Amino acid sequence: MTYLHQIWTIAAKDLRSEMRTKEALNASMAFSIVILILFSFAFDQAEGLNQILGGLLWLAYSFAGALVLNRSFARELQNDCLDALISSPAPPSALFLGKAFANFALLIAVELLSLGVFAVLYDVRLSGKFGLLFLVMVLATWGMTVIGTTFSALTVNLTMRELMLPVLIYPFLIPVLMSAMILTTDLLAGVPTATNMVWLRVLVAFDIVFTAITVVFIDVVLVS
Amino acid sequence: MIPALAVEGVYKFFGDFPALRNVSFQVEPGSVVALLGRNGAGKTTLLRIMAGLSQPSQGSVKVHGAEAREATTRRRIGVLGHSISVYDELSAHENLTMFGSLYGIPDAPKTADAMLERVGLGRVRDGLAREFSRGMRQRLAIGRAFLHDPELLLLDEPFTSLDDKAIAVLQSMLKEMRDRGRTVVMSTHQLREAMELSTHVTFIQRGQVAYDGERQDEMLKDTGWLYRTYGEQ
Repeated sequence: MTYLHQIWTIAAKDLRSEMRTKEALNASMAFSIVILILFSFAFDQAEGLNQILGGLLWLAYSFAGALVLNRSFARELQNDCLDALISSPAPPSALFLGKAFANFALLIAVELLSLGVFAVLYDVRLSGKFGLLFLVMVLATWGMTVIGTTFSALTVNLTMRELMLPVLIYPFLIPVLMSAMILTTDLLAGVPTATNMVWLRVLVAFDIVFTAITVVFIDVVLVS
Repeated sequence: MIPALAVEGVYKFFGDFPALRNVSFQVEPGSVVALLGRNGAGKTTLLRIMAGLSQPSQGSVKVHGAEAREATTRRRIGVLGHSISVYDELSAHENLTMFGSLYGIPDAPKTADAMLERVGLGRVRDGLAREFSRGMRQRLAIGRAFLHDPELLLLDEPFTSLDDKAIAVLQSMLKEMRDRGRTVVMSTHQLREAMELSTHVTFIQRGQVAYDGERQDEMLKDTGWLYRTYGEQ
């Protein structure tokens, strides 16, 4: 119970701070919409657009997501707050999971708003597909969040962390993004989900494996 | 009796540079230790290791017989570092309630209110920390460090750049801690304040312990005596 309460305390703190400044949220939202608009110009009336819709959507999500994830541990640099968190009795895994849940909530919010813009710009009908699409979003976004939050902790003391984070996380995110892109494209094209179960399994396995690894080793990352 | 703090053969290397070399000393419960030394002597590095914020390259630190990084041990330690370690975007009350929750304080909001009154911030409990003056932020940081009534308090240059009111609050709270038998270790360059409060002195010279023992009368009369006697010329 205490462990869950500590996770909630960190997540609530991060969300409250973000809602007061909206630094990451506004930047991420604006960036996502701009990318979707630019893609819509670039691929306007392109043949086979339906075959790349998932890719366009998830590229926008992943670029915009990096902005939210970059702020995750950078937020703790102000006034050396990270020291106060690490010296508290909260386990490092609780600190990590609290931050990860806050990032996840912010990313999902950005993605849902962007999805509406995406549906309008690309004339996509989401009715009847939203449930499964949301499941894909949840699974893939958690994968992005775990990797992004971990590397946000690793790069927090680097002077060029804004550049380093995307460079480091995108190679790790290839399985997640590939799965999400294929699943989203097929869902929007009306391909039966049963034919794509392997990609759903990849997402679930990725989430479980990387969450477990991070929870076990985050202490090493946070305490040098 | 189990020491409040036992530092055993601690080394810390940054690359090839030895910031700490075979540092060993013990602190008995109820002691107030002034950790002294020139800039770069290794005081902050040692305090960070004692607080569990950094791992020693070699050696160990035990707090009341347990490892410094254990959760139960961290609950017994209060840390006040160079920086204030409070969130600018949260109110004073939200800051203390948040840290109170992390330390498992049963009624964190009520304890936070009591602490805000104690440090003179009760009337601005809902003000954001970023809107506070420097002195108010420092008092909020003091409140955060003392919030969970730690058995061992680690302070890194606590009097540096405090305003008069914050110094008075800190001195009063430290005296109260000392009178209640709590243990305090503080690194400082403010020798007069440190000598008045301390029962013991540990003097670090180039990453090694040059003096470790009770505060002597000479130190109280002449704050430069320790540096002249045990420091390198």
